[in-house]
Amino acid sequence: MSSITFDGVTVRYPGAESDAVENVSFECDDGELVVLLGPSGCGKSTLLRTVNRLVPLAAGRVRIDGNDVNALDAVELRRSVGYVIQAVGLFAHMTVAQNVAVVPSLRGWSRDETARRVDELLRMIGLDPAAYRDRRPSRLSGGEAQRVGVARAIAARPRALLMDEPFGAVDAIVRTALQRELVRIVAELHTTTLFVTHDMDEAFRLADRIVVMRSGRVEQVARPQELFERPATEYVRDLVHAGDDVYRRYFMRGRALLRGLAE
Amino acid sequence: MSYLASHPLRVATLLGGHVEIVAVALAVALLIAVPLGLFAARRPRLSPWLLGTLGAIYTIPSLALLAVLVRAFGLGFAPIFVALVVYAQFMLARNVVAGIAGVDPAQVDAARGLGMSPLQVLLRVEFPQALPVMIGGVRIAAIAMIAIATLGGYVGGVGLGVLIFNGLTLHQPQMIVAGSVTASALAVAVDALLRLVERRFATA
Ligand SMILES: Nc1ncnc2c1ncn2[C@@H]1O[C@H](COP(=O)(O)OP(=O)(O)O)[C@@H](O)[C@H]1O
Ligand SMILES: [Mg+2]
Repeated sequence: MSSITFDGVTVRYPGAESDAVENVSFECDDGELVVLLGPSGCGKSTLLRTVNRLVPLAAGRVRIDGNDVNALDAVELRRSVGYVIQAVGLFAHMTVAQNVAVVPSLRGWSRDETARRVDELLRMIGLDPAAYRDRRPSRLSGGEAQRVGVARAIAARPRALLMDEPFGAVDAIVRTALQRELVRIVAELHTTTLFVTHDMDEAFRLADRIVVMRSGRVEQVARPQELFERPATEYVRDLVHAGDDVYRRYFMRGRALLRGLAE
Repeated sequence: MSYLASHPLRVATLLGGHVEIVAVALAVALLIAVPLGLFAARRPRLSPWLLGTLGAIYTIPSLALLAVLVRAFGLGFAPIFVALVVYAQFMLARNVVAGIAGVDPAQVDAARGLGMSPLQVLLRVEFPQALPVMIGGVRIAAIAMIAIATLGGYVGGVGLGVLIFNGLTLHQPQMIVAGSVTASALAVAVDALLRLVERRFATA
């Protein structure tokens, strides 16, 4: 399907004193779920938004399947990459079905094909199509809204998925359920995914690999296990050992199990 | 009231003229104010200046503005029509700007991120979301225009103002009452109708 490559990526916002993202290089392989982890303000969202060109580069290159994103048409590129944000941003004047159908309709799918896909996705995220299809977003719970946000992002079978703290605003129990579903969906669809969070536990539950960021730079790119065993910097060591290690190890194993079941 | 009872056709004809001039002026005003408002909404630095200018025009007393317009266009339909279009600009454009500014930024971010072109973001997300606020502007403008249009009886011989000004010259209080009461009733009816429309388009 798809790979995403960052090569010396640097971003500076107009009027800013320093770079929001500075010389970042790493690769997100085909079908991989890579988590960008770091404290608020360290440049995770900015880096994510360079992929679908919502943020322009000051230097470096972002490639998707080897193609420089700046050489692609921005609108076409965005239609081929799913995007989920913490605030969800479901369109309030549209129904659930219309929200999910946005990208398929932008890409010119037929009415029948789109309707079939909408029902298929609603079932995939555990919402009964008959009950939810014609609802307005204002009548969804936080967890339901975020599920619909995910369905909307993957509706047109994107080649990659960008998720910016998607579960940050839902309560802990729903969050765990959503994380579990995401692992299942990503494994099922084999969609290359970049996932932003500042929540360590979430990162360890979801990630194939974790990119640890700190004030615009990458501290370490590694598998969760490796971050424990061979932290590259003092910062990473403090980060992974803050909180409950045992708990985190447990979830890493739980996740490996989930993956095994899905495959 | 007695004038209303004795001359229903005359009142109805003038009411028709009143509705007509307000409706046409409102339509023309919208054709100017909506693009103007959208333009201002896209340029946050410029928009206070634009709205400030329109607001200043709005505060010119209507009789003073009409005097200038009558000198420019002569008596008749034109000066009152232009006055209505000019006055409406502030209320309409302000609510277009406020409506667009009030759209949930997350929805706009999602729309862009999912691959809507700038025009699609405007037409499919921002415009529908801003619609209730814009209709609110139309409602306020329409009511003000109904009041201001009574001056058309003075400078143009159109609308319900004819009754008011003839009543004043002829010392016929019932004519004045008939004109004012009918204009007020029209304003109340239009207000109620547009409130319904506003609610129909409300999303959340
Ligand atoms: N649109 C913007 N304009 C100017 N500065 C911004 C903008 N968005 C983010 N920043 C700044 O860039 C830095 C990184 O922000 P962000 O990528 O949102 O961090 P994170 O997602 O890790 O919390 C912060 O210092 C933030 O203030
Ligand atoms: Mg962020």
